[in-house]
Amino acid sequence: MTLSLFIQSLINGLNQGAIYALIALGYTMVYGIIRMINFAHGDFIMIGSYTLFYTIPLMVNAGMPAWLAVVAAVAVCAVLGILVETFAYRPVRKAGSMSALITALAMSIFLQNLAMVLFGAKPHNVQAIFSLPTITVGGVSLPLNVLLTIAIGVVIMLGMQIFVKGTKLGKAMRAVPQDKDASTLMGINVNRIITLTFCIGSSLAAVAALMYCATYPRVTTDMGSMMGMKAFIAAVLGGIGIIPGAMIGGILVGLIEIFVKLFAPGWYEAVTYGTLIVILLVKPSGILGKNTGEKV
Amino acid sequence: MTKQRKIAYLLNAVGVVVIFALLMALFAAGVFGTSTTYIQGICTTACYTVIMVASLNLVVGFMGEFSLGHAGFVSVGAYVSAIVSGALAGKGLSDLGLFLVAILAGGLAAGIMGVLVGIPALRLRGDYLAIVTMAFAEIIRVCFCNFSITGGGKTLSGILKLSTFPRAFWVMVVCVTFMYMFVRSKFGRTVQAIREDYIAASAAGINVTFYKVLTFAVSSFFAGIGGAIYAHYMTAMIPTNFNFNYSAELLSEVIIGGTGSLTGSIIGAVFLSALPEAMRQFATYRMLCYSVVLVLVMLFRPGGIFGRWEFSLTRVLGRLTHRRETAKKGA
Repeated sequence: MTLSLFIQSLINGLNQGAIYALIALGYTMVYGIIRMINFAHGDFIMIGSYTLFYTIPLMVNAGMPAWLAVVAAVAVCAVLGILVETFAYRPVRKAGSMSALITALAMSIFLQNLAMVLFGAKPHNVQAIFSLPTITVGGVSLPLNVLLTIAIGVVIMLGMQIFVKGTKLGKAMRAVPQDKDASTLMGINVNRIITLTFCIGSSLAAVAALMYCATYPRVTTDMGSMMGMKAFIAAVLGGIGIIPGAMIGGILVGLIEIFVKLFAPGWYEAVTYGTLIVILLVKPSGILGKNTGEKV
Repeated sequence: MTKQRKIAYLLNAVGVVVIFALLMALFAAGVFGTSTTYIQGICTTACYTVIMVASLNLVVGFMGEFSLGHAGFVSVGAYVSAIVSGALAGKGLSDLGLFLVAILAGGLAAGIMGVLVGIPALRLRGDYLAIVTMAFAEIIRVCFCNFSITGGGKTLSGILKLSTFPRAFWVMVVCVTFMYMFVRSKFGRTVQAIREDYIAASAAGINVTFYKVLTFAVSSFFAGIGGAIYAHYMTAMIPTNFNFNYSAELLSEVIIGGTGSLTGSIIGAVFLSALPEAMRQFATYRMLCYSVVLVLVMLFRPGGIFGRWEFSLTRVLGRLTHRRETAKKGA
């Protein structure tokens, strides 16, 4: 492997990883607050991508830059997240983790098949979002939109970290999973905080959709489920519920995927899933997670 | 065995034979006209779906753990049996013999796979176990996509069409009987004790891991048999048939039918595999309806439609005779 190929793959891996990290952030925040795997999270990305597909031509026709379509996508995804949380997840929240998991799975199937009915099974091609040139440095071609994607990812993750650690709302979001009753007594509206978390998580999914469509301009109805699963792996890898963990996990999964693809193209998914299994068996709490004992 | 038990078994056997005879008579009489083979195909589909769903219910309902990778074990059974029947074809075995050897091989291979996956995976519980089973199923699928013997990602076709309706029906009857016996046996009761409280169970001297792996292996064995019938009915398959969506479909049938009720699984599987065929024009809405029903079931009846209720012919008959007796007394 030459150095230029290595650097090229590294950049592609970081690009892929930044997308996974953003999606993983959504999983981690939701899991961190209500201990539920939101299987539908991947499908929020799919909905976001379809929104982009339909709004980008409108934006271009109106003479505005194409990436402004992300505002519409964020709005649609945020509303969708709130709706799903209010009508499907909130009623089963008390019923236990099994019911919550099944409901989340059902919502994922629902969104996928709804999209199939609404938009058809045929894949659509999204128009170019960023029209940035590609620069070549020492035999390595650097598409600037890839660098931009990585930059957006890093900025959002830093922003989220500051929000959760530094603001009052962020503090409330950290308090709710620790003790719901005590949080209520401290004047936190638990339901509103959970809804807010869903809202933020699904908005991040919309941003991830923009980044994904900038690199791979193709939307299909099942794009969300596979990407969602990879991002979930990233979240578990880094330590679910921990924001920096999502970043590390996402970048790792992205790099693993791109580098395995170089050597054994047919096997990259197996390697990704294999990594997840190994991590879960060796250190179920993830790279940054702390082991907590189980109370009898 | 008490006399009552004996009568119960006899009654159930008679009931099954009557259903079979009725269906065969309907087919022979040509009630369905030109679509007889079509209807027979739907019935075969229902038979192998029942096996798959009931076997998944052993894990989800009776062990209380969540498996999102059942399609992986189904695919192991399907591919192994297809390879075995292809290798043994024309070696002097009768069709029936070949069919039985193939499905047994498929079941055993899936069972072994179940043990291999179960030993590491069942150390985890809840959400994490669900994710790991899904990961294993995806790895199995990727393997089938890359091995040349399984078609290397392309369609594996030319599998002998050995799954006729009578064979599928009787295999289903045998499988469901064994699963029912498993659930009612010492092993089944132990597994249910683990489901209720695994800490208490292990404090009572139960080897929790052993029983979990055992149940997982039994479940995978029957999933493999279901897959084997599927392979010899479809005669062509591609690894992407057994993706996450198929696992999710099987799981939703278990949950709608009732977690912890084999009756629920049987009725659920029969209806949910026959209905979409009957309403072909709504095929695109099938999974949409499943998901809505799933959410509604979770909201209003978290245990599934049948909950943990099991159908018992003896109980029905007992109630009928009892009512007659009380009626006599009253008169």
